[in-house]
Amino acid sequence: MKKLSKTTKNNLITYGMVILAYIIVQLLVSTGHVSSLVQGLLVPFCTYVIVAVALNLTVGILGELSLGHAGFMCVGAFSSAVFSLAFKEALPSGLRFFLALLIGAAAAALIGFLVGIPVLRLKGDYLAIVTLAFGEIIKNIINALYLGVDSNGLHFTMKDALSLNMEEDGMVLIKGAQGVTGTPNDSNFTIGVILILVTLFIVLNFINSRTGRAVMSIRDNRIAAESVGINVTKYKLIAFTVSASLAGVAGVLYAHNLSTLNALPKNFGYNMSIMILVFVVLGGIGNIRGSIIAAVLLTLLPEVLRGLSDYRMLIYSIVLIAMMIFNWSPNAIFFRKRLGQRFVGSKRAKKEA
Amino acid sequence: MALLEVKNLGISFGGLRAVNAFDITIEKGQLYGLIGPNGAGKTTIFNLLTGVYQPDEGAVILDGVNITGKKTIDICKAGIARTFQNIRLFGDMPVLDNVKVGLHNHHSYSTLEGILRLPRYYKVEKEMNEKAMELLKVFGLEEFAEYKAENLPYGQQRKLEIARAMATAPKLLLLDEPAAGMNPNETKELMDTIQFVRDHFDMTILLIEHDMKLVSGICEKLTVLNFGEILAQGVTQEVLNNPEVITAYLGS
Repeated sequence: MKKLSKTTKNNLITYGMVILAYIIVQLLVSTGHVSSLVQGLLVPFCTYVIVAVALNLTVGILGELSLGHAGFMCVGAFSSAVFSLAFKEALPSGLRFFLALLIGAAAAALIGFLVGIPVLRLKGDYLAIVTLAFGEIIKNIINALYLGVDSNGLHFTMKDALSLNMEEDGMVLIKGAQGVTGTPNDSNFTIGVILILVTLFIVLNFINSRTGRAVMSIRDNRIAAESVGINVTKYKLIAFTVSASLAGVAGVLYAHNLSTLNALPKNFGYNMSIMILVFVVLGGIGNIRGSIIAAVLLTLLPEVLRGLSDYRMLIYSIVLIAMMIFNWSPNAIFFRKRLGQRFVGSKRAKKEA
Repeated sequence: MALLEVKNLGISFGGLRAVNAFDITIEKGQLYGLIGPNGAGKTTIFNLLTGVYQPDEGAVILDGVNITGKKTIDICKAGIARTFQNIRLFGDMPVLDNVKVGLHNHHSYSTLEGILRLPRYYKVEKEMNEKAMELLKVFGLEEFAEYKAENLPYGQQRKLEIARAMATAPKLLLLDEPAAGMNPNETKELMDTIQFVRDHFDMTILLIEHDMKLVSGICEKLTVLNFGEILAQGVTQEVLNNPEVITAYLGS
């Protein structure tokens, strides 16, 4: 007889929760209980969940604050959108999206690796601010970039479409601030949920492996980790690269849900990075399941409150503050524990103590 | 041949000569004590031996291999493990995982094998779990395996730190004030543990300690350090009766 360990059980609950949510949403959609507005939000939900889980790997497991994850998302989105656009006719949609995913993840991983080399030498606040700067640099470069393809290969410039100097048959893929237009709409809610499950599989298995333990040991005590022979730089870079690459996956999903992709401050700027960080902090640093729930709730909330028009963002902020206090204030934690004990009974409380 | 040979080790921090002309020779299986008043440079020597600081001059030879100036992780691989004066555990991780991090370099599989849960993952993890549990049992910590390390009582945390150091399969174990903050009962238990580790693993141990009962109880040889220089060196009882040592500790 094999008893499931506590972590395995916890992980299975997380997977189960996602699958259950998927089934419920599908049922609601098929019975017509979901407004078209919310239906349009289903893929963005998946995007935010994936990127929140990815960021939690950096913030919760590696223990470093990154404010640049929107930048990695941006890299994943644009590299994959360009690929899909260029091979729009040449490849069947399934294969094309699969390859786009790999390209988006690899591109984001590469940029994550390159950014990680200097950034991971810093600590805490300094690291956060430098990642913020890198995120903005990535967004702004892509915003100014023109990329085209013709029989001679790829051309790029930062000036305008004409200075690409392409042949007659050339096609402009990225039109500077106008972004990428005509990306095939390859993603849908089902694919999004599958990608969430894949992300969870990668992140949860990563955490519960030799590599994950090495990363967490660095988070808990760098000097002790070094003293038992852990290569600090290597494991920090591995965790950061995996995290960036998964943010890239979220970007791929995002890009293939829109016909026009721009690198706006709204979707890839630091507002976005901070929003993702809010998901992670609210859901619990290092708590993967919490990130998922927080990402869904906080994306849904503004839509639910839409009827209140002008007061919407005010209420959103108040709810945010209230939830933070409820989740993290020591008094609130104590109150929750007492409440929990009264409901569940003293037996379980004893076990937890 | 001696297991550890240190010759003429020295380091300065700015104008301060923290350690000067430090020599020590430790034979295999010896339990060696390093004592001295506060600020004498004892922990600095540990930091020099484990590559936290690079010595300005001198040589460190472990089991015939020159490890002077190497990086901490290479020195760990060469066979020196240590504990810290202020306990440094991986507080948020389970006790078992603390030991498993110590096993990191001896039981290996790639990141990809870990993510994809290939057969090697299960095989190596099983080995690691067995090895780690074995070590926890030696230190009487097996019942706490699932606890978060930071939730252990103080004495057990000290033991866990030694267990984690032992997991790296060292040739030489450095203990930095293992009895600091312990009551007499805990200190007695710790003395038994240290002696047990030496006998059970045939380990060579160098320890820094202020508790004279512990030092005179288990150390075979002593080096006394004062203002970064060696004041006395030799068999424990002789050193402790040395008038200079008594002066350094109690004042004249």
